[in-house]
Amino acid sequence: MMGHIQVRNLGKAFKQYPTRWSRLLEWMLPTMGKRHQLKWVLQDINFEIAPGEAVGLIGINGAGKSTLLKLVTGTTQPSTGTVAISGRVAALLELGMGFHPDFTGRQNVMMAGQLIGLTVEELATLMPSIEAFAEIGDYIDQPVRVYSSGMQMRLAFSIATARRPDVLIVDEAMSVGDAYFQHKSFERIRDFRRHGTTLLLVSHDKQAIQSVCDRAILLDGGRLSREGRPEEIMDYYNALIAERENHSLLTREVGGKVQTVSGTLEATVADIVLLDSENQPVEVVDVGAAVTLQVTVEAHAPIPRMVLGYMIKDRVGQTIYGTNTHLKDLALDNVVAGQKVTYRFAFPLNIGPGSYSVATAIVSTDTHLVNNYEWRDLALVFTVVNMRRPHFEGSAWLDPVIDIRTP
Amino acid sequence: MISAALLKSVITYRGFIFGSVKREFQVKYGNAILGAAWTILNPLALILVYTVIFSEVMHSRLPGVTSTFAYSIYLCAGILTWGLFAEITGRSQNIFLDNANLIKKISFPRIALPLIVVLSACLNFAIIFGLFLGFLIISGNFPGWIMITLLPVLVIQILLAIGLGIILGVLNVFFRDVGQFFTIFLQFWFWFTPIVYPASILPPGVREALAWNPMAAIIGAYQTVLVNGTAPDWVSLARVAVISLLLCIFGLRLFRKRSGEMVDEL
Repeated sequence: MMGHIQVRNLGKAFKQYPTRWSRLLEWMLPTMGKRHQLKWVLQDINFEIAPGEAVGLIGINGAGKSTLLKLVTGTTQPSTGTVAISGRVAALLELGMGFHPDFTGRQNVMMAGQLIGLTVEELATLMPSIEAFAEIGDYIDQPVRVYSSGMQMRLAFSIATARRPDVLIVDEAMSVGDAYFQHKSFERIRDFRRHGTTLLLVSHDKQAIQSVCDRAILLDGGRLSREGRPEEIMDYYNALIAERENHSLLTREVGGKVQTVSGTLEATVADIVLLDSENQPVEVVDVGAAVTLQVTVEAHAPIPRMVLGYMIKDRVGQTIYGTNTHLKDLALDNVVAGQKVTYRFAFPLNIGPGSYSVATAIVSTDTHLVNNYEWRDLALVFTVVNMRRPHFEGSAWLDPVIDIRTP
Repeated sequence: MISAALLKSVITYRGFIFGSVKREFQVKYGNAILGAAWTILNPLALILVYTVIFSEVMHSRLPGVTSTFAYSIYLCAGILTWGLFAEITGRSQNIFLDNANLIKKISFPRIALPLIVVLSACLNFAIIFGLFLGFLIISGNFPGWIMITLLPVLVIQILLAIGLGIILGVLNVFFRDVGQFFTIFLQFWFWFTPIVYPASILPPGVREALAWNPMAAIIGAYQTVLVNGTAPDWVSLARVAVISLLLCIFGLRLFRKRSGEMVDEL
């Protein structure tokens, strides 16, 4: 079966020499021992990707994501371990590599295509579809130096994905181009997936990871730190970012899903409940019903400025809506230790049927990166059902008033 | 073995290699009004300068040769072929550094890069040498069938250049001094090779030292064939051939051993 990736005991170290002479001495006198130190950027990486699977690779800058991708694509050689890939690999690591500004788009398609291993005949047959997908019109016969960066990217993407690969490796290339082309390129990647292409995607973009990937891998400090469902890894990753300054991070199982709590825990959510219009706790709610999200926060230490935020997420972890009391100018100042604060957020639940979760954050400003007192994923889970409305699609309830005129 | 896998990747990427050669040629001359004429004008100017200075001003004539063009032919035989050697070695020493981005980002057989240099240099050489041959025929100095003997000489010269070039190219990635050093070294090498002057004017001690200069044997072979119309000295060429092969083998081994580390260093 094509498109299988197996990574075993993979490690990468760079040699560091104390002075320029040390390398020369080591080369000249190989019997005199090593004069370099190894700087490990990746260690003990083991994972396997089945044909047709889509895996997201997550990690903060410097975690080793790019190095890992380079090892998988084969541009860099591993220091330990092996990478085995079956089938044709296409990598969108840096689009537009190998373009020469003085040549026309068409000439560059031929060169860049040959560089990734396509033959002249194949390129000749693929040319019309490359042209069509890039949508650069007559510019195809103009030198690339007159292209806008967006046009270059579109052409480069079209070449790289001209033929469906068995394995597609994407490194944040998706964040380029205009919104229209982003959608279009993403659609092509989805289409490849439907036809069985294995996908390895590196991105900071939560939406991209969660909407495409079956599984996510978190790299931390050059090691594989966690592997699992994308939303779970994404939650853990967000918590990890907040946890930077010696904050606690704990996870626990809630109804088969992993709940992640992180932060200094100087203030915590003591109670969270969704209430209906009669102030009764509910877990199943009708589309459009008036509800109140009631959150009780307990301060365990003096909090100079306290902001409570929440996010409603769908089944795959994409945020449907989120706000906080900072944005609403309702931050509390000088909360004393032991004080309990009850917040009531009342709103009509204008979202589509499905399972949703609520994540809460107790912070001091707009973001959880400054002071993160508590970040809690899957704090509450509820289900929306459509009991009284005609059937509709999607996660938002945007009921239209329809006016049809026939002249 | 080494060569089998290497050869296979080269064949797979032949389109890329030929395409790059073509592209390089277009880049060099495509935007110039005179186009490919510049390939000729550059060495032509050099030959003109040397001919005027050495032949007219300094009145040096080749011993035993009376033709008016003899010195010019002697000069061309040396300078044009040295140019091929200098182009291949000079460009290969920077080949990995210049293509650092490509090497780091795209997985393709790196050996294609020095091959592009060699083919590109050969193309330039073919143009100018072809014109030179045309001049020989028109001026009635064409040496005839003995020209065939230049083919093995050319092969040996290219092997020497590429072997040396790959070694310099790899070393230059790790020790940037290598490139600087070789540029200077090439100047001395040029003047230590009988190209603008005949070997016979050297003092006997220095002439013996020429035996250690592989390029002296190669350039000498070109001059013997093109000026005198006689067969080159095969014994000295055989020695150079062995040196060239050894350099190529060493170069390829060095390249294979260090290519992984090279990517990290770029």
